[in-house]
Amino acid sequence: MTAAAIAITGIQKSFKGKMAVDVSHLELKPGRTLALLGPSGSGKSTLLSMIGLLEKPDAGTVELDGAPVTVADRAARMTMAAAFQRTYLFKGTVGENVAYGLKLRRISSAETGGRVAAALERVGLPGWQERSALTLSGGEAQRVALARALVLKPSILLLDEPLASLDPIMKWRLTRDFAQILNEERVTTLYVTHDQDEALAVADDVAIMRDGRVVAYGPVDEVFGLPVDDWTAGFLGMEPAVRGRVLESEEGVARIDCGGVDLYAVASLAVGSEVSLGVRPEDVLLFEADAVVPLSSARNKLEAVVAEIDPSGATFRVVVERGPVRIAARISRAALADLRLSVGTPVQVLFKATAVRVAST
Amino acid sequence: MRDRSVRPALWRMGVIALAVVLTFSLVGCAKDDTEATNTAPAPVEKTKIVLASTTSTQDSGLFDVLIPAFEKANPEYTVEVIAVGSGEAMKMGENKDADVLLVHSPAAEKAFMEAGFGTERRDVMYNDFVLVGPASDPAGVKSAADLNAVMAALAQGKAPFMTRDDKSGTNAKELKLWTDASVSPTATASAADWYLSTGQGMGETLKITNEKQGYTLADRATFLTSKGALDLVILREGDKALLNQYGVIPVTDATHLDGGVAFMEWITSAEGQKVIGEFGIEKFGEALFTPNAQ
Amino acid sequence: MGIFIDAFRDGLAMLASGAADVWTIVLVSIQVSGMAVLLALVLGIPAGFVLGTKRFVGRRFMLIIANTGMGLPPVVVGLVVAMLLSRRGPFGSLELLYSQPAMVIAQLVIALPIVAAVSAAAVSAVPRELRLQARSLGASPLQEAFMTLKEARMGLIAAVAAGFGSIISEVGAVTMVGGNLAGKTRVMTTAIVQYTRMGDYGPALALAAVLMGMVLIVNILLARVQSSAERYEA
Repeated sequence: MTAAAIAITGIQKSFKGKMAVDVSHLELKPGRTLALLGPSGSGKSTLLSMIGLLEKPDAGTVELDGAPVTVADRAARMTMAAAFQRTYLFKGTVGENVAYGLKLRRISSAETGGRVAAALERVGLPGWQERSALTLSGGEAQRVALARALVLKPSILLLDEPLASLDPIMKWRLTRDFAQILNEERVTTLYVTHDQDEALAVADDVAIMRDGRVVAYGPVDEVFGLPVDDWTAGFLGMEPAVRGRVLESEEGVARIDCGGVDLYAVASLAVGSEVSLGVRPEDVLLFEADAVVPLSSARNKLEAVVAEIDPSGATFRVVVERGPVRIAARISRAALADLRLSVGTPVQVLFKATAVRVAST
Repeated sequence: MRDRSVRPALWRMGVIALAVVLTFSLVGCAKDDTEATNTAPAPVEKTKIVLASTTSTQDSGLFDVLIPAFEKANPEYTVEVIAVGSGEAMKMGENKDADVLLVHSPAAEKAFMEAGFGTERRDVMYNDFVLVGPASDPAGVKSAADLNAVMAALAQGKAPFMTRDDKSGTNAKELKLWTDASVSPTATASAADWYLSTGQGMGETLKITNEKQGYTLADRATFLTSKGALDLVILREGDKALLNQYGVIPVTDATHLDGGVAFMEWITSAEGQKVIGEFGIEKFGEALFTPNAQ
Repeated sequence: MGIFIDAFRDGLAMLASGAADVWTIVLVSIQVSGMAVLLALVLGIPAGFVLGTKRFVGRRFMLIIANTGMGLPPVVVGLVVAMLLSRRGPFGSLELLYSQPAMVIAQLVIALPIVAAVSAAAVSAVPRELRLQARSLGASPLQEAFMTLKEARMGLIAAVAAGFGSIISEVGAVTMVGGNLAGKTRVMTTAIVQYTRMGDYGPALALAAVLMGMVLIVNILLARVQSSAERYEA
């Protein structure tokens, strides 16, 4: 597989007068996985089908390796392959499904046999060619759908919520396998999902969509580390970015005054510049106020008070507050009980300077 | 959301298929109108009598004047006319589905009486048959000396001949004409090409004859009624063998035999005969039937 | 009940003896309705595909037309076709009235909306994403259409059965445009009417049995298709 690049400019699509997608610029970089993340109805799938040359945009251009392409360019579309949330296998056997794209490309049956076998092995279903496609479980069907796309050795792989309809166990097993496969194949991938954990697991870059627009776009750690606005912060389970001013900057570590609270971040910043900063909830550690904090390389240690506790899936999201600084932490149910946390409880908060993302404002 | 978009379509398909299934499963159910429904006895309870007659008589429009005149003269009866082929009309008599018959198939009527299905048979009227065809007369029947020569000319098969082939009075007359001429049309070499069986009533058969620009034997009444829509002309008429005698027969053991007999008495009376003799003069300039009750 | 027993005995004897005219009638029925259904499929399935998959201005209107066409009274079709084809009508010079082609035309008009509407429903039951999926794997528009029809094949069988069922048992239109000519345009329904008129219940009942048998087979087929068409419900 050779990795290709896609760039889109000024793409717009409306349904019944309502703007569904309005994206000024987005790139899929060669060999990288871009996660398109957003709540349902934010236009992710529509954007994917326009990038995949499956649907015509009302306006804008799609470029494949620098050349503009349209829905009519079948050759361009044939460099790509897609799998969707509902697997939509065709009636017939697993082998026929995986071979479908090869048949369209008039690949010889001898070669097809070998490639189908290899693709099924790649997704962990070796020798499943003769099974009926209609009797598979959700996870199996999803693996077949991935094999059906991978067997084409596409330059670009489009995955639209491939794991969204699976149960949690199967979902995580497949997320892990998909991440590994995508990593090893090094194929340029567009991965649509509404689940940030899944995006974190598979993606190199991420674009967050809201109401048809891309509100944040960049490498995963940047986008997830520092929410660009309050809505994105909420969507990512974080608190809005903390505002501050750089007091000093030494050996790549900046000391930043955030309304009376000093925080440290690994960043080269000019003294006196105004910045915003954020930290991922899973990078934040909480201790009881009177506990002896173990030796740690964490530069940021502050005493704070619990402001909010919300259940969030299997974990709890605890927001701590110190003056104007509000930070979200993610802790387990057991930790919550151990710490005897409730709103108003004083706690000690620890996080590393490397965990803090900073941007000039 | 996607799941939901699938269902209405399947549902719709189901409904369509169901509708189709229901459509073919419907079998017409005939209601038995003769069943007495006199739950509240009224002083002027009318008896409904069933008159089985032929489509050609119905098509002539005679019943439109004859039945109201009878019902006016005999207010205790109402008449329901079932117009079918002579064959089925006789069958209705046999099955006691009719109270009285008005038919024109003398040989079959004779057999019907001999089998005891009718109480009495009386002549009512006659009209005549005409041989119609295209004005160009491709079979050359106009120059034939007599009716037998006409039939022989037709049997040459130069143009299609439509036979009603429905055991109707008209059909019986046509078959008799072939027999009299000693010609068997179905035995001719190219019978399948020229001797065409329509199996339908006079009006339909005339239309088919018109489309094929062929010949057929028709009763004058039906031909006069429908000739406006036809490009056909009368090519032979007036022969004695072309007369078409109508008879009336009350059905033995019929539900309303009294009504059947009353109808027979009225239609053969001076009053009924007068109605028949005047029918058609106003519209066609000539009477369609000649009354000849004894 | 004697009337049925007698007629039934006559009819059975007639069928068993292979009476040429009775079997000719059956053959003409199959020939005419078969041809009409074939043409209805050739025209109706593509029409149904377009109606079921494409979004265009006037689509709803055309779907309404197709669905209304399903309830089109056959005698109205017969009347209009007879008028068009009659010697005095606009297509009179073709001399088609009272011929098998005329019957095929009338039956085609009756079956086409049914085939189109049922195939449209069948095709639109194939999820749009399945078509996107085929497209994304490199299918050309034609290959995508072929895949969709293949997925909808059960529904298309229903369309065939519904179309055939609607015309094989129809009597009004075929009488009006066919003329019930023996050996040429006489089909089972018109022959049943004629035999009944003549009081020949035997052959009428025999033909009725053959007709019922055919309709029964069609309905069994439909029922089977219905029960196996549930796949996308999962």
